[in-house]
Amino acid sequence: MTDLAERGQHPEDTTDGAVPIRACANVCEAAGCMSLDAERVLESLQARINERGLTGVAVKRVGCLRLCAGGPLVEIPEKGQLFENVDPTSPESIDRVVDALDGGDGGRQTAEDPFFSRQMRIVLANSGLVDPEDLDDYIAHGGYTALTQAVTTMRPYEVLEEVVHSGLRGRGGAGYPTGLKWRTVAKSVSPEGGKFVICNADEGDPGAFMDRSVLESVPQQVLEGMAIAGYAVGANKGYIYVRAEYPLAVKRLRLAIRQAERAGLLGTNIADTAFSFDVDIRIGAGAFVCGEETALIASVEGRRGTPRPRPPFPAQSGLWDRPTLINNVETLANISTIIRNGADWYRAIGTPKSAGTKVFALAGRVVNTGLIEVPMGVTLREIVYDIGGGIIGGAAFKAVQTGGPSGGCIPAADLDMSVDYESLAQAGSIMGSGGMIVMDETSCMVDVAKYFMDFCRDESCGKCIPCRVGTVELYMLLDKISRGEAELADLTTLERLADMVKSTSLCGLGQSAPNPIFSTLRYFKDEYLSHIEDRICPAGVCSMTSAVTA
Amino acid sequence: MSSAVTTEASTDDKKWKMIDARIRRRGNSPDALIEVLHAVQEAFGYLEPDVLEYVGDALGVPPSRVYGVATFYSLFMLKPQGEHTVVVCTGTACYINHASALLSRINELLGIKTGETSSDGLVSLLNARCLGACSMAPAVVVDGNVQGRVTPEGMGTILEGLKA
Repeated sequence: MTDLAERGQHPEDTTDGAVPIRACANVCEAAGCMSLDAERVLESLQARINERGLTGVAVKRVGCLRLCAGGPLVEIPEKGQLFENVDPTSPESIDRVVDALDGGDGGRQTAEDPFFSRQMRIVLANSGLVDPEDLDDYIAHGGYTALTQAVTTMRPYEVLEEVVHSGLRGRGGAGYPTGLKWRTVAKSVSPEGGKFVICNADEGDPGAFMDRSVLESVPQQVLEGMAIAGYAVGANKGYIYVRAEYPLAVKRLRLAIRQAERAGLLGTNIADTAFSFDVDIRIGAGAFVCGEETALIASVEGRRGTPRPRPPFPAQSGLWDRPTLINNVETLANISTIIRNGADWYRAIGTPKSAGTKVFALAGRVVNTGLIEVPMGVTLREIVYDIGGGIIGGAAFKAVQTGGPSGGCIPAADLDMSVDYESLAQAGSIMGSGGMIVMDETSCMVDVAKYFMDFCRDESCGKCIPCRVGTVELYMLLDKISRGEAELADLTTLERLADMVKSTSLCGLGQSAPNPIFSTLRYFKDEYLSHIEDRICPAGVCSMTSAVTA
Repeated sequence: MSSAVTTEASTDDKKWKMIDARIRRRGNSPDALIEVLHAVQEAFGYLEPDVLEYVGDALGVPPSRVYGVATFYSLFMLKPQGEHTVVVCTGTACYINHASALLSRINELLGIKTGETSSDGLVSLLNARCLGACSMAPAVVVDGNVQGRVTPEGMGTILEGLKA
């Protein structure tokens, strides 16, 4: 049996194995920082430490340090110092970090910085602390204790009830209670034998990179969640469906699977029990609709990713017609902590109906772009202004877009609303998977609606007519408005058609495609009217063809 | 194996061995279609009709379904690509940060739009629906390397660099 305690003792990368480590420079090697030469930052730091003959300090590769705007990032967690824009070719830049390792000051103080201090980390607790390519490091930070605890001391239904009571809801967007989904799969009988767990890592919303970061930073935590889910629902096989656009995540997942199998934490007889669980990776090929669960299943089966009507739900009849549990990356990344700390602990975080935390990808016209994790129920204002540091150049806030092409734009008047599933839905948007795009006065809301409709018409799989034809027609109407060629009657047609597409499309893609139109019409109708009646784009984004000829 | 495939040079033989190995590892299962098409495209840069036929035969999938899958997924290419590929991200964060200006600049300089290859066969222009590199918007991938916060001027420099 794998002795977790023994494996966890493994010393971290060290310049001198004999001397205890007093400070470690954690170099962010998630995709953002990697594209800014983070690997060379790590090499330069190590070389400089050797040159200066320092002992008791270390350099280590870690996952996302979250403040992506400042990449490449290096953090010394012992002292809460964060260094931004570290330049591997500049001796001064490298020495600033090495000086700090040796006891010096400098860097951004994370304890006093609202970007960090206002966050609460469960999913990302080990992101930026653990080497994503080292199983032993994950174990040293408490990894795989939840899985071992579950399979050795709990019955499957006890694990399941723990998740039910935690109040965890699906983080992929719709917010369906995770425990109930698990219960349905657990109860479903599989006549031919076998059930499956699928991790949906087809993060397709433009402007969303939470799942990518989680997979690149703590791939082991997602695998652990999958194995626990498998144990609870009675499945022995799991698939992770990842976008092909995320090669680093795929590489780290492959490594994490191999390492866990070797350690007896995945595969046959996990932790010397009768429970076995294998995980395989399936890579997408660029189709947004594959985030929809029935389309995703078709794609895992090697077919065109087109959805089918539900019921039957995948929980009853999914992959190869077997009961299949499909959970999103972030949902599964919550599981190990829930098992370790208990459902009551988890339930106490967030709001009564939306328990726990949510990870958001904060981007757009905001100062601190990056990855954030906040308890449910914080206000949008806290996210945009306290954590996000406000709008770039001090410009006026216009809207925040959540939920990608299925979501909506929330205006300044609603900045004090609470971020939870119900409040966002009331405001005409959705929680979505967690993309949060901040817009300032330079964005035209008609053009924003047109942008998302362009996305939907392109990504519509073509199976059902309301979506295939409706999204194209809606796009053409929006285009007409944006060119200043529309009449007021077109606005009525737009609204009626949007309603029709919403209520008659087969899957979530078409049903939610009109949402950006509804929310921009609700809050920014004056902008539509300016385009139509005055032939003016107030933000100066749209080029008015008729104004030129008039 | 079709004749077009067997007459390729020995480097192609090596590529085919890898693809055959991949097919065998998945037990010639029809489920492996997408995975095998990925492998073929990685080896040859795009999916030729002969190749599609070969893969279909090996996996027991009818040609209609192979073609259906190859054309459904946007990452599969049915035409040869240019020597270099430039992918402009058009995700929301890049859109908000004016990715369209980069596309216009490329169109000005090379006369190509998304999905097209320059007449000299040097550059293919593609777009991505979000690379997840939103903090570095607008982002561009040049031959597999992500570059962030690209300006229209910077785009010109990148294209110049490809000519060298």
